[in-house]
Amino acid sequence: MIATIAFYLFASLTVLSALLVIFARNPVHSVLWLIVAFFNAAGLMLLLGAEFIAILLILVYVGAVAVLFLFIVMMLDIDFAKLRSGFTANLPFGLLIALVLLAEIVIAVTASRSGPIIGDKPVDTAQPNIIAFGDLLFSRYLVPFELSGLILLVAMIGAIVLTHRSRGDARGQNIHRQVNRDPEEAIRLTQPESGKGVEL
Amino acid sequence: MTYNFAAILPELILIFGEPVLMLTASTMGSRATKITTWGTVALLVAASAVLLLTGEPSTGGVLFGGLLVADSFATFGKLLIFGSAAVTIIAAHRWFGHKDEHGPEYPVLVLLATVGMAVMVSSTSLVTLYVGLELNSLAAYVLASYRRTDARSAEAGLKYFVLGGLASGILLYGMSLLYGFTGTTQFTGIAAAFGRAETMSLGLLFGLVFTFAGLAFKVSAVPFHMWTPDVYEGAPTPVTAFFASAPKVAAMLLTVRVAIEALGPAIDAWRQIVVFAALASILLGAVAAWGQTNLKRLLAYSSINNVGFALIGLAAGGAAGVSSVLFYMAVYVVMTVGAFLVVLQLVDDKGEPVEEIERISGLSRRRPGLAAALAVFMFSLAGIPPLFGFWPKLLVFNAAVDAGLIWLAVVGILGTVVGAFYYLKIIKVMYFDDEHGEPVGTVRAPLEMAFILIAALFVSPLGYLLIGPIGEAANTAAAALF
Repeated sequence: MIATIAFYLFASLTVLSALLVIFARNPVHSVLWLIVAFFNAAGLMLLLGAEFIAILLILVYVGAVAVLFLFIVMMLDIDFAKLRSGFTANLPFGLLIALVLLAEIVIAVTASRSGPIIGDKPVDTAQPNIIAFGDLLFSRYLVPFELSGLILLVAMIGAIVLTHRSRGDARGQNIHRQVNRDPEEAIRLTQPESGKGVEL
Repeated sequence: MTYNFAAILPELILIFGEPVLMLTASTMGSRATKITTWGTVALLVAASAVLLLTGEPSTGGVLFGGLLVADSFATFGKLLIFGSAAVTIIAAHRWFGHKDEHGPEYPVLVLLATVGMAVMVSSTSLVTLYVGLELNSLAAYVLASYRRTDARSAEAGLKYFVLGGLASGILLYGMSLLYGFTGTTQFTGIAAAFGRAETMSLGLLFGLVFTFAGLAFKVSAVPFHMWTPDVYEGAPTPVTAFFASAPKVAAMLLTVRVAIEALGPAIDAWRQIVVFAALASILLGAVAAWGQTNLKRLLAYSSINNVGFALIGLAAGGAAGVSSVLFYMAVYVVMTVGAFLVVLQLVDDKGEPVEEIERISGLSRRRPGLAAALAVFMFSLAGIPPLFGFWPKLLVFNAAVDAGLIWLAVVGILGTVVGAFYYLKIIKVMYFDDEHGEPVGTVRAPLEMAFILIAALFVSPLGYLLIGPIGEAANTAAAALF
C-alpha cells in the first residue's frame, strides 16, 4: 500500500518536473527542475530495490552532471528568446526526428516479443545489491574495474594537456630546483652585533 | 577464481612503468620529453620482448574467468601495435619537443592508448572489449587536438570526440541487445546462443547490426568513415601516423575476433554487412581520393581503401580468411607508417610542415631519397606487383575466391585499378612536374631515415623473403580463433 502510494508520488513528480524542465522560461529554473526529476527517479529506483542505482543517480546526475549544467547555463550568455525564434522553421525537421525516435521505440517494444530475453531472474533481495556489486567488481570484474581507473587517468592527463598553459607571472613549485637545493648555500650563519640587523 | 597475472605481464609492464616515468619526468624540467619518449619506447620494447619470449599460458589462454585471453591471435596483434606505437612515438620526439608546451605527455597518452588496444585484441567479453576501446578512444581524442592553439587540430579533436561518442553509443546499444537476448557478455556464450537459435530473433539481429556499425566506425569503414579525412588532416602529423597504424590494427583485429568468436554461427547474417562495407570502402576510398590536395587527407582515404581490402578477407571467413586479414594488416602498417614518416620529413625552410601535394612537385630533384621512398610506399599501397603490397591483396582475393565470393574479388580488383590512379598521381607530381613551390627544407633525422629505409626495404621485392615467417605467424594466430 505504502509502496504504491510512494510509486505514484515519485512517478507523478518525475513526470511533472520533467515537463517543467521543458516549459520553464528561465534556464536556471529548468536545471533545478531537472534535479528534482533526478531525485524522484532515484526514489523509483529505491522502490525497485536497486539502491545502488538510486545512489548513483543522486551522486552522478545530481551531484555532478546537473551542477555542471547549472554552471554552464549561468556562465554562458545564451539568448534563449533568439534560440526559440527558429522554432517554426525547424519544425518539419524536428517532427521527422521525432517520428524516427517513435519508430525506434515501437521497434524496441515489439523486439522484446520477437525472442526470449534471457537473464530475467528475480533479484536476490537477501543481500543489499551494493554488496553484490562490490563482490563482483573486486573479484570477477577486477580487470575492467582497474582499467576504468586507467580511463580516468587518461581523462585527467587529457584535461591538463588541453587546458593548462603556463603563465609567465604564476609562481609555481619547481620540484627540480627544490630537490637540487644545496644546504651549504641555502643557510648562512651569522652572529650580528647587538643593536644591528642582518643584511640579506 | 585464480588470477593469472603472469599472462598479462606485457600489459602490466606498460601500466606500472608509465606512472614511474611520469613521476621521474615531473622532476626533470626540460629533459622530461626525452625521458618519457625513450622510457616509453623502452617499455614497449620490453613488453614486446616478453610477448616473444613467453608462449601461451598453461591455462589455454583464457584468463580472469573468460574476460581476457592470451592466445597467439592476441600476441600477433600486440606485436604489431607495440611496434608501430613505438615508431610513431620516436617520430614525434622532434615535433612536440620544440613546438608545444606538453611534450612529455604525448608518449604517455600514446602508451595508455596502447594499453587499451592490447586489451581490445585480447578481450573475450563485451565488458573488457568496451573498456579497452574507450581507453584507446579517449586517449585518441586528446591526441587529435594536441596542438590546441591550431584551429584545425582543435576541430579534429572535437569532431572525433563527438562522432566517436556517437559510435560508442551505437556499439553499446548493440552490445546491450546482444547481452539481453543471449544472457551473457562472454563471446563463447554469445556464440552458443546464436548457434542454438533456429531462426535469428529480431533482437539478436538488431544487436548484431548495431555492434558491427559501432565497430565499422572504429576501423573507419564506409559508411562510417566520415570522420577519418577531417581528423587525419587536422591532427598533428605524428598523431595521424599513429591513428593510421596501431588503432587501425587493434580495431580490425577486434572486429575479426567479435565476428568469428562471438558471432561465428551467424556468419550468413554479418557477411552481407561486411561485404557491403568492404566494397563501399574500396570504391569510395579510391574515388574520393582523386580530388584531394592534401597529402594527409589523401592518406586518410588510402587507409579507408585499405580497410576495405582487409574486410574482404573477413567476409571470406574461415581460418584462411582471418589469416589473410592478419597478413594484410601487418604489411599495411609498415606501408602506412613509412609513408607518414616521409610526410613528417617534408618541412619548408622555416620548419613548418608541408602537406599540400602541389608543394612537393619536383621533390625527386631536391630530395631524391625521400621521393624514392615515397614512390615505393605509393606503388606498394596501390598493390603494384613487384612490391610487397601486392602480396596481401593477392591473399585476400584468394581467400574470397576460395570462399565462393568470386564477384567480390572481381570488384575488389577493379577498385585496386581505380585506386592506383591517385597513388600514381603523387609519383607524377614528384618526378615529372616542374618545381614551382618553395624548396623543401632539410631536417637532420637519422633515426627516422633509418626507419624509412627499413620500411622501404620491407615493402620492396625483398619483402617476399618474409612471406614464410609472417604467413606462418598469421596462420597460427588465425588458428587460435577456431
